[in-house]
Amino acid sequence: MMASEVPLAKVLERFGGKVELDETATDMPCLLVPPEDLVELCLFLRDDAELQFNFLSDICGVDFHPEIPRFMLVYHLVSIPNHWRLRLKCRLFDPPAAPTITPVWTTANWHEREAYDMYGIIFDGHPDLRRLYMWDEFDGFPMRRDFPLRGYKDNYNPLGATRRDGGGGA
Amino acid sequence: MTEVTTLQETKTGSGYAREVLMNLGPQHPSTHGVLRLLLQMDGEIVERIEPHIGLLHRGTEKLFESFTYTQIFPLTDRLDYLCPPSNNLGYALAVEALLGIEAPIRAQYIRVIMAELARISGHLLITGALPMDVGAMTSLLYTMRDREMVLDLMEMISGVRMHTSFVRVGGVREDLPEGCEARILEFCDIFADRILDYETLLKNNRIFLARVENIGNIAAEDAIALGLTGPNLRASGVDWDLRRDAPYEIYDRLEFNVITRKDGDCYDRWKCRLDEMRESLRMIRQCVEQMPKGDFLVDDPKIAFPVDKDLLAHSMETHIHHFELAAYGFKVPKGEVYTAIEAPKGELGYYLISDGSEKPFRLKVRSPSFVNLQALTERTTNVKYLADVIAMLGSLDPVMGEVDK
Repeated sequence: MMASEVPLAKVLERFGGKVELDETATDMPCLLVPPEDLVELCLFLRDDAELQFNFLSDICGVDFHPEIPRFMLVYHLVSIPNHWRLRLKCRLFDPPAAPTITPVWTTANWHEREAYDMYGIIFDGHPDLRRLYMWDEFDGFPMRRDFPLRGYKDNYNPLGATRRDGGGGA
Repeated sequence: MTEVTTLQETKTGSGYAREVLMNLGPQHPSTHGVLRLLLQMDGEIVERIEPHIGLLHRGTEKLFESFTYTQIFPLTDRLDYLCPPSNNLGYALAVEALLGIEAPIRAQYIRVIMAELARISGHLLITGALPMDVGAMTSLLYTMRDREMVLDLMEMISGVRMHTSFVRVGGVREDLPEGCEARILEFCDIFADRILDYETLLKNNRIFLARVENIGNIAAEDAIALGLTGPNLRASGVDWDLRRDAPYEIYDRLEFNVITRKDGDCYDRWKCRLDEMRESLRMIRQCVEQMPKGDFLVDDPKIAFPVDKDLLAHSMETHIHHFELAAYGFKVPKGEVYTAIEAPKGELGYYLISDGSEKPFRLKVRSPSFVNLQALTERTTNVKYLADVIAMLGSLDPVMGEVDK
């Protein structure tokens, strides 16, 4: 599916310069959006009579450590009536924070909790931002690139890496 | 097994009203694995459901980042462990998309046959387990008996019953063994009648119907907002199936119906899976008929092991490639791709970011069970009593391996 099929010109026009088209994407059209415009963009994409991106497929956190900005959130949307897919990318600085899109799609709840649990991305306004996979007392964000594969050494993990100050910790 | 904590006790006019927090699982036969549900109860009525997941979390996505592309296949097996070929297929498609290659046609047919067999295997478990959860034990014994036939076929094809890891980037590991097609067709003939058996056993069973009909209804718009996919979405009346709407592999050459239902209750989700097995059988039959002879793996020494193993003994170059591939793996060009397939549980997506090395920079799995399970927490479904929670959970068909990753 090529980018030209999806009428994104009206989106770019509506958000005048704040939302950009990512030309490097090959498999589906991709928009770059700053976190402050994310919710508005999502609402527009969902409610526009022509676009109808009514389905949120996935939210993926990415850590580009040591690049700046360090984090990225990737949203994959589907327009079920039109059979279109769309990717939204949102770069975040450290410490990462983004607005929640749970009011737009209910399904975002657990996806955002997962991104918080794994990367420590704070979602402002999220109704229930707690760890999802790891236990509540867990220290650190395991999917960050500076978090060791074996985890940190403690009583339960004698083979883990020795903790240095700040490395991947919370 | 279940623990009860009294949350608050208030004196009302008619005596004591008690709100109780109840713990269901993680070791409980009806939670289908290690799922812990914290239920806030008002008597027998469930006020709030809070799933606690992660008890099977193995850090699969973290492991992906330190494994080579070929080593990742066995990890994907263990996501939805009822249907490993589908998981393999989705992942292989993502890597192939970035590499810009396509598996040979015969390999695509083999993959689709295996994926559809896996769908039958996965659906069989739940079409038997849901009735068992609500008290009809018999059906599970029958479905498990028949699931054995599917596992035997898997063993014949790959040598392994469950974690097949049969798919490779650019094809499959081996060709189908001699006589396999005949066995698959034989299975199709036997199994077609068996589906009818389960249906007759339960379709008019009043006890079963009382527990699943009009329980846990999900409206179409709620199902979309919740991100449901697969039979759970189609049971709510949304006509969306990636095999038809975004065909991958050779699905565009197959003729099949997309099963949808109207009410989106537990019964519809169960029935939807039952009918899907029939469609899977049709697809398997067509695949066996249409499948051409030919290669089962791409002929690219930098990506796939040589098909002719004798070459290893005679050709130095083949030997070097083989060594490089086994020791270091292959490099995937820089880029990103999201591929989605219609796995038995719903949309299984792999979002792959490659930095040009032989290990993925980031590989995110959009696992359908993870998203589907979330529907349990929502008040949009009319789950009222504790007994309904069990039916609802069973009908959503979560596999914890995939939920917890």
